[in-house]
Amino acid sequence: MGKVLKKWWPLFVLPTVLSFTFGFIIPFFQGAYLSFCKFKTINKATFVGFSNYAAAFQDPEFAHAFWLTAAFAFLSTVLINVIALAIALALTRKGLKGTNAFRTVFFMPNLIGGIVLGYIWQILINAVLSSVGAQLLSLNTTAGFWGMIVLTLWQQVGYMMIIYIAGLQSIPSDYLEAAKVDGANAWQTLWKVKIPNLMSTITICLFLSLTNGFKLFDQNLALTGGDPDHMSEMLALNIYNTFYSRVGAKWMGIGQAKAVIFCILVVCISLVQLKITRSKEVQQ
Amino acid sequence: MKANGGMSRRQFISLAGATILGLGIVGCADNSATSSSDSGDAASSDSSSEATGKVYYLNFKPEVDEAWKALAKTYTEQTGVDVQIVTAASGTYEEKLTSEMPKSSAPTLFQISGYVGLENWKDYCLDLSDSDVYKELANPDLVLKDGDQIDAVGFVQENFGIVYNKALLTKAGYSESDITDFASLKKVADDIQARKDEIGVKGAFVSSGLDSSSSWRFTNHTANMPLALEFEEDGVTNPDTIKGTYLPNYKDIFDLYITDSTCDKAELSAKTADDAVSEFVNGEAVFYQNGDWGYKDIKSIGDENIGLLPLYIGAGDEAKQGPCSGTENYWAVNADASEEDQKATLDFLKWVVTSDEGTAAMADDMGFNCPFKSSKESDNPITKAATDMIKGGKKAVSWAFAVQPNQEYRDDLANALNKYAAGGSWDDVKTAFVDNWATEKAANK
Repeated sequence: MGKVLKKWWPLFVLPTVLSFTFGFIIPFFQGAYLSFCKFKTINKATFVGFSNYAAAFQDPEFAHAFWLTAAFAFLSTVLINVIALAIALALTRKGLKGTNAFRTVFFMPNLIGGIVLGYIWQILINAVLSSVGAQLLSLNTTAGFWGMIVLTLWQQVGYMMIIYIAGLQSIPSDYLEAAKVDGANAWQTLWKVKIPNLMSTITICLFLSLTNGFKLFDQNLALTGGDPDHMSEMLALNIYNTFYSRVGAKWMGIGQAKAVIFCILVVCISLVQLKITRSKEVQQ
Repeated sequence: MKANGGMSRRQFISLAGATILGLGIVGCADNSATSSSDSGDAASSDSSSEATGKVYYLNFKPEVDEAWKALAKTYTEQTGVDVQIVTAASGTYEEKLTSEMPKSSAPTLFQISGYVGLENWKDYCLDLSDSDVYKELANPDLVLKDGDQIDAVGFVQENFGIVYNKALLTKAGYSESDITDFASLKKVADDIQARKDEIGVKGAFVSSGLDSSSSWRFTNHTANMPLALEFEEDGVTNPDTIKGTYLPNYKDIFDLYITDSTCDKAELSAKTADDAVSEFVNGEAVFYQNGDWGYKDIKSIGDENIGLLPLYIGAGDEAKQGPCSGTENYWAVNADASEEDQKATLDFLKWVVTSDEGTAAMADDMGFNCPFKSSKESDNPITKAATDMIKGGKKAVSWAFAVQPNQEYRDDLANALNKYAAGGSWDDVKTAFVDNWATEKAANK
């Protein structure tokens, strides 16, 4: 097969390279350049140096959004993965009936778009809040934060569960049999056999849930819209609002600078996470 | 990999190759489709000798998208000039415009919502001082100016006030003549609220929803009254700071809305614009602060049952107060478009506001009340009521809210009203209304 691939690989790589170049690399560098500009539309930009970055760092709402996003991403990553792994373990037990039906049910929320989910959960959570006499979502920072956590869990647990199930199924059964013969109990099997063999899956799931947590936008916009007073506004929504709810040319540049900071941040955190979890992966 | 166990590498590669080829063919088919339609357009514009430019209108209102497309088709049939109508999805006009403007085929005609929007787009506006569409304006003040330059021309005159259900008001034992100022409005509303079960309504006013789909009715439109009165008193039109002279009146009317209402104050933060419409249409409330653009939503109660009152807040000369009349819909022509396209666009606009087809489409199909000399009168009952009021000697209130600093200001004000309705302090509203004005005006600079 080597010969064929060696000869023809450029042809196969071409579509991806082209779309990646036009869809990602060029806009990325253009965006990075625009973060140093004052502009309204991208073809009329004037260079202004670092002033956009200065303004972005001085914006208290941006700082608040950052810490809120960090807290959210951390908490949601931990919860999603713990719950998803627990469900995956439960659904891969031998002799359990109807596992496919359960898998489908758990996965289904993932098929609904974020905006729709946000509005549905807004109605649900508001109904609960009003029945217990608490302030509704748009005035309730705590409920807004936990509402987003619940929504994200509901949406993403099923997805991660599928990946974990695939991971669990690829563990060679002789490992598990050997553990059984050696007299390991379920808990020991989990920690000493399953999890070490799952590390590559865990790396992927952590990466996905962590970056999803940082990039969360639709759900934030639809569920709380940042209310009250930007207190439930996460980074992506903050950037969007900087772009579109302000008036005047300078705000586009500031929004762009925030977006670049945001991008660098997500990349750094993801790289660190990948490095840590990769080092724990084992070769089968 | 086990998943591909059944397929050899060679098979896999050839399958992938076929997929890519397939995609390529689809891509080509797509290209040829667009290019053929392009050449078709070119041919049609070539066939008519004077038509060289083309028109691309980025429309703001999704509800009139089809009417615009039909009108554009008629124009193309008559003149051969290609008119493209694109409508931004609801609530995303600014985003769409921002992404369309840098393109080589940018909109030649776009909309600006007022002086706030002009701040963003003034570098892109062609001076319309010598244009026919400006000269056709019956009210030459309905424009956006940047110095002496006419940047944009208003094309819809909209009115708002307190819309009411005539049948229900009669059922409650009152008529329009009983309501002549804020005091009498409050008296009638309080009475209806007290006897709501007897009259068969849930409240005097529809729910004053503070969800973002509805909060603009209060942050923009209700706020217009104190702003307009203050501006008039101070002799200013677009100040950098405001005093909030009539803020206590703003509180009075807002208190009335949320007290004599169909629902509990605590529920308001989740109530939407649709809730207000359905309450009004189902006869659950008598009063509904909104404007003539909302007619389509409520026309099921019957034109003869729809009435309009001025938005009384208990300040100014209420005996002479009319509806709030203005627009957030201005046409601007792209200054960066080619000269032929600009000319084609101006010709198209002239045709829209003067021809029989154009004026009929604007009035009947789109339901606009247009401010041009040859515009056809709209049969919208709210518009009619507003026009009658002004003809009867009442004075229209200008749209002062159009110079509110930005969306941020409105969002913060909505948030403060929300907190207040849920039992918070009015001081938050005061800060959001007065102090934030200066902050956000400065932030725009």
